Parts: sequence; C-alpha cells; structure tokens
Amino acid sequence: MIHPEERLAAALARLILDPAAPPARHIAVGAASPIPAAACWLVRKSGHPVRLSLLHKRSGNPFTEGTRELFDLTGQGRIDLFFLGGGQIDGQANINLVGTGEWPGTEARFPGSFGSAFMYMMTPRTILFREEHSPRVLVPRVDNISAPGLSAPGVFRRGTAQALVTGRAVFRFDPARGRFALESAHPGEDAASIRAATGFDYDEPAHLPATPDPAPEQLALLRGPVRDEMLETYPEFCARVFGAAEKKDAAA
Amino acid sequence: MTPETLEALAQRVPDGAMVALPPDNSLPSVALAKALIRRRARGLRLLGVPVSGFATDMLIGAGCVAEVQTSAVSLGEAGFAPRFTAALREGRITVRDATCPAIHTMLQAAEKGVPFMPLRGLIGSDILANRPDWRVIDNPFAEGGDPIVLLPALSPDFALFHAVMADREGNVWVGRRRECATIAHAARAALVTVERLHEGNLLEDERLAPGTISATYVSGIALAPRGARPVALLDEYGMDSAFIAGYARAARTEEGFQEWLARHVTPQAEEALA
Repeated sequence: MIHPEERLAAALARLILDPAAPPARHIAVGAASPIPAAACWLVRKSGHPVRLSLLHKRSGNPFTEGTRELFDLTGQGRIDLFFLGGGQIDGQANINLVGTGEWPGTEARFPGSFGSAFMYMMTPRTILFREEHSPRVLVPRVDNISAPGLSAPGVFRRGTAQALVTGRAVFRFDPARGRFALESAHPGEDAASIRAATGFDYDEPAHLPATPDPAPEQLALLRGPVRDEMLETYPEFCARVFGAAEKKDAAA
Repeated sequence: MTPETLEALAQRVPDGAMVALPPDNSLPSVALAKALIRRRARGLRLLGVPVSGFATDMLIGAGCVAEVQTSAVSLGEAGFAPRFTAALREGRITVRDATCPAIHTMLQAAEKGVPFMPLRGLIGSDILANRPDWRVIDNPFAEGGDPIVLLPALSPDFALFHAVMADREGNVWVGRRRECATIAHAARAALVTVERLHEGNLLEDERLAPGTISATYVSGIALAPRGARPVALLDEYGMDSAFIAGYARAARTEEGFQEWLARHVTPQAEEALA
C-alpha cells in the first residue's frame, strides 16, 4: 500500500528535479515540514548531489551563526529552493500565514509569517505545499499578504512559486500570467472534485493526468534510508507513515 | 560574577521592560519566565528572536505581557499557541508582526551601533504595510528604481536565555546557538540562567571560546538546572513533547491554564525539576 504522504513526497521530488526549473543545489527545509523533508532526502538518496539544510535538526545542525545564517545565505542567493505553506493561498500565489479578518488576524489567527516575506522573494524558486485542499485554504484572494506571489516591476526578486502541491493535486504556477494551471490530480480525485475544492480560478488541461505513484525503488528509499535520516526530527511522522517500529522489531 | 538566585534575577526586570527571548530549541530560559510569573511581572513587551514559543505563551497567559513583537508564535508539533491566540482575540495584547530576518537585522543594527540597516524582500507584504516604523527608500548606490526596506536598530532592555554553563568571570557558553549572542550584544542587559558552573575560564579554552558569550554582555547569572525544560537544550536533553502537548490541551481555556499554572509554576515545582 502506498501512503498518501509517500505519493506527495515523490511528487515534490519530481518538481525538485524538474530540468526546466533553476537548479536545486542547496535546499533549506523549515520546521514543521516532514513531507518536503522526505522529498529532499528522496532526491539526495536517489544519488543527486544536493545540499540539505534542515533548520530544526537538533544534532549536527548546519547553522553555526544562529538562525540568522539561513537568511544571510538566502540573501546572498546561496539557497536555491525553499518550501512555504499558508493558512490561505490565493490564485496569484499570495500566501497568508498571519490570519483571517483584519490585520493581524482578528477572525482566525495563524502562528505568523515566519521568514516568508523574505524567503519567497529571495529564493530562485519556491514550492508551495499545503496538505489541506479546501475552499477555506485555496481562496480567490488572501485576507492578509504575508508574502506576495508576484512583485511590481523594479522590486528585487529572484523567483516565484514553481508549483503548489496539496493533498489532492499538483498545480504549476505561471508568473507571467499570475495564474495556476492544474497539472495532475491524486488518485481518487478528478477535474470536477478539484474544481469544487478550490476557491480560486485556474487553468486545466483537456485530459487531466493522475499524479504518478512513487516507483518501487523510491518507496524502498523512503521506507529505508530516508526514514532513518528523518527519525530524530520527525519521530511521530516516521512511525505513522513509514512504520518506524519495524526496524526495532526486526532487531529484537 | 557571583550567581544570584532565580528570583533575584527576575526582580531585576521591571514591569514594562522590553524583553528579548529566543524561541523553543534556541535556549529559552523557561525557568526565568516562570520566575517572572511568580514575581507577577506586568506590562512586559516581549520580542521573539525571531519567533516565539512556549515561554511566551505562558507569560501571556499569566497576564505578564502588554505587547509581543515576533515573526510567529507556535508550540511546534503541539500546534497553535493557545494563550497568545486568546489574548489577541480578546484585545488584551498588542501584536506587532515582523518577519524573521527583519528581527535579526534590527538587532544587528543595534549590535553595530548604527541607526538602521537595509533588508531585501518585504516589499508587497502586509507586514511592511502595518509597520509605520519601517521605511522604503531608493537604493542610493543604484542608478535608481531599486526600492529597499530600512529597519531601525532595536535595543531590547533585557535579553533572557538559558546557557549550558557559566564560569566565575560571567562568560556563558551557548554552543552554536549564536542568536543568543546577537540578543546579548543588542540588549542593554543580558540575564542568563545556566545548567551548571564551569571550572576555569571559558574564553581560555580554544574549543569552547567560539560558543561563548563574553561577560562584557552579561549582567546577571543564576543556576537553573533543567532551566529550558520542557524544551530541548542542545545535546543536553530533548524536548518533552508529551508535557508540551499537555500544556496545549490545558491552556485551551482560561480555567485550564490557571490550573496548569497553579500546579507547574511554583517554587516546589522548580525544585522537583532540578
């Protein structure tokens, strides 16, 4: 059986390795991002020489100048790819991590914007990732902009969203048109169900492909070496998705 | 420098002070936050460097806080910070949202003693739109048409954090968590709790010196074994996820939080930790 999280990790890995996108030599992964972290490890364990900087790694953390080092690296253009989510994401790829209603989130307050207002603009590409795919998350227009999807001409910006991956589908983002296009739907979904669950308008192909399953060798990597790398930072995720107890049982 | 008691250290922070705190896993002094609650501190202006966690939520719940400047408040895997969220909804605190590198940059300006520093990004974000103290200028070194944000220097009244060790001179060791050094440099005073005392001078040990903050920046020290609990402290101890999840459940309601406080924030509970 393939877990949905494994399919998402494989879908993200495919986007990371997209030959049409700027190269991903150095990827940073934030705190509560086990699926993007799994995707990055999958890319790495598949033999691609990518440097991973995992912000919340407790042992062997790559940053020795405190958390500002990530932003200094990114400011210099040394981080090629970052993942961002959003309590709300809209059709122009604006993200809202602050809250709904009036500023600073008078209806429903989210934790806050973290480094998004900087990272989104200073990274050559961003993959937007949010498991919940519903009209309350994918909205026509975010209530508050933590980080803008596009910038006015003349404003320094290295890149935009490459894609949006959710628990139901994969969208590509076209910065020239400021618009998403549906690329594939995960098993169990179709064009109509995605349309019904999405609050913003987007383009859609005449024939909608299914998001591919991970290949058997990818599954083997995810459940073996990738899980081993992730166990310290994401024990609960590993137990739930990869069955972290298996190894212990086998050893006993 | 002679170590003081935890309660004496907390007495040095007056009501209304601006207090910089590192987030969970970057050496917050949960012990000192609890001592501030016991001394019934009021009107504190907290600065999350660059985000806020367990200690901030607890201080807000206990009524110690008037304002929070931060880039996010979260309990990590345990979810949203319940007392922060409730206080914001009820209008009991002022929230000044920032973004992580902006907080670092404002502190770095203070470290250098310059009035402001520029930072890329931010333009087009509503964070900037809601920060009248942040300015956009045209880059004076470009040909024109290159807007860039200027951030004012920020000097908190106090930096509070929990280091692994202190020596007799008042030098403290934080390892690679150098954001604690940034806060200590930028703040007017740093009050530091430590797990233990170190025999000898940390600055005379070539291997320990790079992870050490010089006593130049340190105004007071107190011993507080397990002082970061329930969050992690480097390779000394891990996060007590079950404890934080229990807090998150209890703090969903005001009553639940008050019961939690009465059980966990007492001198007896502090002794039991050690």
